[in-house]
Amino acid sequence: MEEKIKVSGGTGLSSKEVSSGKIFMTEDSLDCAYAWDTGVAINRYLSELKKARIIGTKCRKCKRVMLPPRLFCELCFIPSNEWVYLQDSGVVNTFSICYVHWDASRIGEGEKPHLPAVIEIDGASQGMGIMHLLGEVEPKHIKTGMKVQAVWKPESEREGSITDIKYFKPL
Amino acid sequence: MRKVAMVGAGMTKFVRRALETPKELSYEAAKIALDSSGLSLDDLDCVAHGTAPDAFDGIHQNGEYMVDGSGGWNKPTMRVYVGGGTGVHAIVHGWHHVASGLFDTCLVVCEEKMSSAMPHAQGFFLTIFDSITERALEPNLLWIFALEMNRYMERYGYTKEDMALAAVNNKTNGLNHPASQFSDQVTVDDVINSEMLAYPVSRLDVSPVSDGAAAVLLAAEPVARRLTDKPVWIEGVGWSLDTAYWATRDLSYPRYLDQAARMAYEMAGIREPAKQIDIAEPYDPFDYKALHHMEGLQLSPRGRTVELLRDGHFAKDGNLPMCPSGGLLGVGNPISAAGTMKVCELFWQLRGEADQRQVPGNPRLGVAQAWGDLMQVSSVVVAGI
Repeated sequence: MEEKIKVSGGTGLSSKEVSSGKIFMTEDSLDCAYAWDTGVAINRYLSELKKARIIGTKCRKCKRVMLPPRLFCELCFIPSNEWVYLQDSGVVNTFSICYVHWDASRIGEGEKPHLPAVIEIDGASQGMGIMHLLGEVEPKHIKTGMKVQAVWKPESEREGSITDIKYFKPL
Repeated sequence: MRKVAMVGAGMTKFVRRALETPKELSYEAAKIALDSSGLSLDDLDCVAHGTAPDAFDGIHQNGEYMVDGSGGWNKPTMRVYVGGGTGVHAIVHGWHHVASGLFDTCLVVCEEKMSSAMPHAQGFFLTIFDSITERALEPNLLWIFALEMNRYMERYGYTKEDMALAAVNNKTNGLNHPASQFSDQVTVDDVINSEMLAYPVSRLDVSPVSDGAAAVLLAAEPVARRLTDKPVWIEGVGWSLDTAYWATRDLSYPRYLDQAARMAYEMAGIREPAKQIDIAEPYDPFDYKALHHMEGLQLSPRGRTVELLRDGHFAKDGNLPMCPSGGLLGVGNPISAAGTMKVCELFWQLRGEADQRQVPGNPRLGVAQAWGDLMQVSSVVVAGI
């Protein structure tokens, strides 16, 4: 395939040409460190994740139960400060089976593909999904509409992060 | 608001790695657009300029660096950026400058050089995800497109082959584009059998990584009529931005585009876009996106787009040619320049100057669109002659 799709007019560049110093390159290492505040709503969300619970917020006007929780309803533009505990299960809205890394390099032999999915959490309004990962499932068995259950890290390893849920597995 | 016309257009070749700097690429496209109109830099009132993240070029505040190449020095110059939507949004931005009465002419220049960032420009997209709730999962950019494509296919029962048909349509059209990065015919089997990157996205479902620039010269009506017998009028513009909570949206339908398109059609006085529009340039960084966007543009009923595609409705000689330029899949995808290239295509097609790509039947009304940010923005331009 690589052979067939010729690139015309461009200039090819191999990693060997880069490593051998044949290419003029300026290396510049940007040291970008950020201390992000979680925000008021996500702070509570993360605190609850540490306790192996998923929490959302409800808008008193449009009645949506929202996930991730938010300080204000972006539709009604009013505070949404009613907290609602949700289930730690849900439904796969859509998924992918990903064979490449962030830098477009391919996963190695024997390395398992990444299994990102949008999961609609039970108890939230319909369509309220979050991005997470699937696990304990063969890629070929993943289906949209599949019921899934959160697999939590042990309490001692939980740190108040979305990764306190290791992944979601089929129910 | 004043009537605004396109009176010149230009672009560089789209290539995998250009040896020119961003500034040199911009100059080439801007110069061709100016020369094609007969104006010189001295006649030009202002510049509207677009490029994607500074991180691609590795030059912070890239707009200032680019100013010489875009013809903007010592002139009112303004940069706009809405991710992949930039190339069409910059036209909307330039249109404001002229329609408002503030300026008689405006040169819109968009440039992107994707090849400089090592090892791959895709890495910079990681920072578009929510810093707290998503980046901890170490996502890569392909995920969101794969998730959206899968949702779209599942919703209507579309297959990989269905999506590949769109890639073949656009890539075949692109073979006739002198600026195209590609030179070989691609078949549906080629697309389906190309390397699986992130199911359902295979390598040939995706547009390439490219360098390039494109430019369009806009003029107010009296100036446009002096310059050319065939001004191409900007009949309508629209844009819309959906929520950044992308996982809570219905990914099977581009609501942001629905809104942007309706805004543009209303301004253009178009009531039945599927009947009235002669050529469409939907944004097609992925094959499914061309179809998804045809639905959002109200040019195809939801869930019937593949059927119409199979029937030849969107072919070059069909009722409503889709991406006669070849699109991002067939010409190349230097992010912001790719959107502007689509508007250039409307200019050439509506003037009957598209050479081998010319669609039959003297098209009179066309629409171009681009899409970006966190899968949430669309900009639309309707042009007519």
